[in-house]
Amino acid sequence: MSVFIIITLIVLVFIIIYQISKANEYAAVLRGQEKVNAKTNRTIGWLLIIMFVLGLWGIWQCNELFKNSMLPKAACKTGENYDSMFNVTTLVTGIVFLLTQAILFWFCFRFQSTDKRTAFYFPHNNKLEIIWTTIPAIAMAILVAIGLRNWYAVTSPAPADATIVEVVGKQFNWMIRYPGKDNELGKRDFRKINDANNVLGLDWSDPHNLDDIIAQNGELHVVVNKPVKLLINSRDVIHDVGLPHFRLKMDAVPGITTTLWFTPTITTEEMKALTHNPDFVYEISCDQLCGKGHYSMRGTVIVQTQAEYDKWMASQQVYSLGNNPATPVPAAPPAPPAGSVKADSTKAVTMK
Amino acid sequence: MNNEEIIIEGPNVAHGAESATDHHGHEHHEQHFVWKYIFSQDHKIIGKQFLITGIIWAIIGAMFSVFFRLQLGFPDSTFPFMEKFLGDWAKGGKLSPEFYYALVTMHGTILVFFVLTAGLSGTFANILIPLQVGARDMASPFMNMLSYWFFFTASILMFTSLFVETGPASGGWTTYPPLSALKEASLGSGVGMDLWLLSMSLFVVSSLLGGLNYITTVLNMRTKGMTMTRLPLTVWALFFTAVLGVLSFPVLFSGLVLLIFDRNLGTSFYLSEIFIGGKALPHIGGSAILYQHLFWFLGHPEVYIIMLPGMGMASEVLSTNSRKPIFGYFAMIISLIGITVLAFVVWAHHMFVTGMSPFLGSIFVLLTLLIAVPSAVKVFNWLTTIWRGNIRFTPAMLFALGFVSLFISGGLTGIFLGNSALDIHLHDTYFVVAHFHIVMGVSAFFGMFAGIYHWFPKMYGRFMNTTMGYIHFFITFAGAYLIFWPMHYEGIAGMPRRYYDYSAWESFKHFQSINAFISIVAIIVFLTQLLFVFNFIMSIFRGRKLTTQNPWGSTTLEWTTPINPGHGNWIGEIPEVHRWPYDYKDDGHGNDFIPQTVPLRPGEEAH
Repeated sequence: MSVFIIITLIVLVFIIIYQISKANEYAAVLRGQEKVNAKTNRTIGWLLIIMFVLGLWGIWQCNELFKNSMLPKAACKTGENYDSMFNVTTLVTGIVFLLTQAILFWFCFRFQSTDKRTAFYFPHNNKLEIIWTTIPAIAMAILVAIGLRNWYAVTSPAPADATIVEVVGKQFNWMIRYPGKDNELGKRDFRKINDANNVLGLDWSDPHNLDDIIAQNGELHVVVNKPVKLLINSRDVIHDVGLPHFRLKMDAVPGITTTLWFTPTITTEEMKALTHNPDFVYEISCDQLCGKGHYSMRGTVIVQTQAEYDKWMASQQVYSLGNNPATPVPAAPPAPPAGSVKADSTKAVTMK
Repeated sequence: MNNEEIIIEGPNVAHGAESATDHHGHEHHEQHFVWKYIFSQDHKIIGKQFLITGIIWAIIGAMFSVFFRLQLGFPDSTFPFMEKFLGDWAKGGKLSPEFYYALVTMHGTILVFFVLTAGLSGTFANILIPLQVGARDMASPFMNMLSYWFFFTASILMFTSLFVETGPASGGWTTYPPLSALKEASLGSGVGMDLWLLSMSLFVVSSLLGGLNYITTVLNMRTKGMTMTRLPLTVWALFFTAVLGVLSFPVLFSGLVLLIFDRNLGTSFYLSEIFIGGKALPHIGGSAILYQHLFWFLGHPEVYIIMLPGMGMASEVLSTNSRKPIFGYFAMIISLIGITVLAFVVWAHHMFVTGMSPFLGSIFVLLTLLIAVPSAVKVFNWLTTIWRGNIRFTPAMLFALGFVSLFISGGLTGIFLGNSALDIHLHDTYFVVAHFHIVMGVSAFFGMFAGIYHWFPKMYGRFMNTTMGYIHFFITFAGAYLIFWPMHYEGIAGMPRRYYDYSAWESFKHFQSINAFISIVAIIVFLTQLLFVFNFIMSIFRGRKLTTQNPWGSTTLEWTTPINPGHGNWIGEIPEVHRWPYDYKDDGHGNDFIPQTVPLRPGEEAH
């Protein structure tokens, strides 16, 4: 019923607006179309100017409003370069934006139709065309140059001493595999996957797998100032490892391994102090639509000092324990998978 | 004169330069309603059919955005009225996540393809090309009719998919496999996805039939004296739109067919090493990325298929209402050519983070940013066109000016996204949402509105109400910026798009209040569009009638036809063209324009 009333109301309002507008038109005919047109034109000219000024004010307000809710400073070296390149691009485009919009609105106001004005017949001018072909081309060339320098830095091969960690996405959580003591990730085969005791399909005939550690809670632990290389993969559909604080992103594609490396420079604890937010956490967001739980596919990055990392690592249990039929089950029951995995979270609040 | 009765029999009407005098095909008799208005072969009627179908789709698509904006703006509230529209998908007035994604997907599909492709170039290519090149109809009126009816069938299929039990497709308008290929991956990948694929395949057929016709008409059916360099920029733009569509839609079609095979016939084009629904699938060796290449090979030109008609119409409207020739006519054509060519070689900038070769990525960076050059040329030419003009603020003119403003704003953010080193953070965030909504969503809509307000008198012999046009413009213009400007900040902060709820995210939850603000503005803007539709419908029947053939003082050929042109457009001979389309100068009799049909005066130099 209420829907019906609302629809009726809207239609009524439309009819009223229409009738008033219609009456306006008749009045215009009575008072002389020409005169009314001239007056309307002036009003519109002023409205456009007002709109432009309000727009500038709005942009200013927006900047003030968002100043403190943006990301904190980038937490890795390439991220810092990213931010400076972002600022350069914003500066260049910002100047062009302000200039062209100001010109647009000013011309509208300045050259609005009056009785006295006649338009200036100005069909073309090759010199002008050349100027405004060349200048954008040069500006673009500069931006491309900066961009490619950063792009090749980000996508360059990881340093040899980088810690290797595997990140595997599935609907709807991240699983992180650490290579364990032998520093080598064992072979996987998707046909060996089962959710009960082999979530990543580890091939138990590969000895490298025996000491691998799998964190099913999506916690990626990394050491500050030490490069880490992520091998990214997916079990089912395409996901994307989004690391906003590191200004990085990479798709997780089934059947294809993608990589990403970075050197974190600020620990989680330091960032908490820096942002004055005791709840601060580096988050991994899924950035490729992957199904109904896409919005809840959250992981975290814990940037720690080497000592903290070693301590944490020592507390982890190798995945083969209790899962590999060949590995003897220890006396104590295996710890439940670290953290409580919420595979299919519809109410995301429970995820933390 | 009763030109309602002038109807051309059969699809093969003789016309074009060599037979401009040949009009024996005209016959005087009443056509049945069905043949005149439904299965019509008159390009003007077909154009209106595209327009009205497009408007219906636009209302549905925009309403979907209102539904999901309610969820985004007020995730903790319930809206019982949604249950009335959506039934179990919004039980208790709260959208389910599955249907949220279905709405997002359908919003994209509907607006990109059914409104801004079929509804925009379908409408204006049909109405304007024959009228502006001086032809009695399209090269093949019958194929033209088929083009609409394939679109109509595609529409019916897509509409049906909204009502299937598992819901419509919900993998995003890009429908990337494996999500869209596997029924286990999401509810929307069931029957809804099959219908989506079928519908889109038929849509491609419609688009090709239409596009081939537009190209042929522009190349072959021009009236005497209408050389290519005397074509209005609208025709140039619609011509390149058709070229883009004809060359790139088949690639999408192949992508869709392979996806149909993967879904139903057990092939592995896009699938490899997948464990889903508790079991490992047999597929090996496919590549999910292959689909993205095929999709974006259309998907990117598609952006220009949407943009170019707006550019053409804005050029025409800006020039007419500034009472000045378009500045740099040839530069405008060359930049259109530049955009068209480059549009084919930038598609992979949608895929910078798929793990593709960084070297390949860098090539696409270069090509993508190159497109900024012809785009900048167009903007500067538009600005110079209004410089020292004598500007009349008709609603069409305001929308054309708004088009330029939005095109600048949205184009500039493209410079961020086209640069892979910046895209690597901004990819799939709200920055992208803001960028493409401004540059190809709203700004293409502004081009379309400019076209509708400007050519409404040609379509229906009446004016649209101007006061309502002004209200429509100012609210929509301000609303567009209010909605999409703040989204840039969210995107820079890394907020991912296509999320149902952000409340669990430490990094994004503080944007809640701004999301609510955006949603409220979106609803206001939506209602304003309904006001426009109301104005449109009322004006068809009750609008102020035209008293002259050429209400805007325009130079192009469509304004030399009778106020309500019948099938065949001109009574008697098709006029001959003697000059370029933008001769806005003193004609020596106190007029500030010289129509294309007026011969050069002695001693006058051609443009």
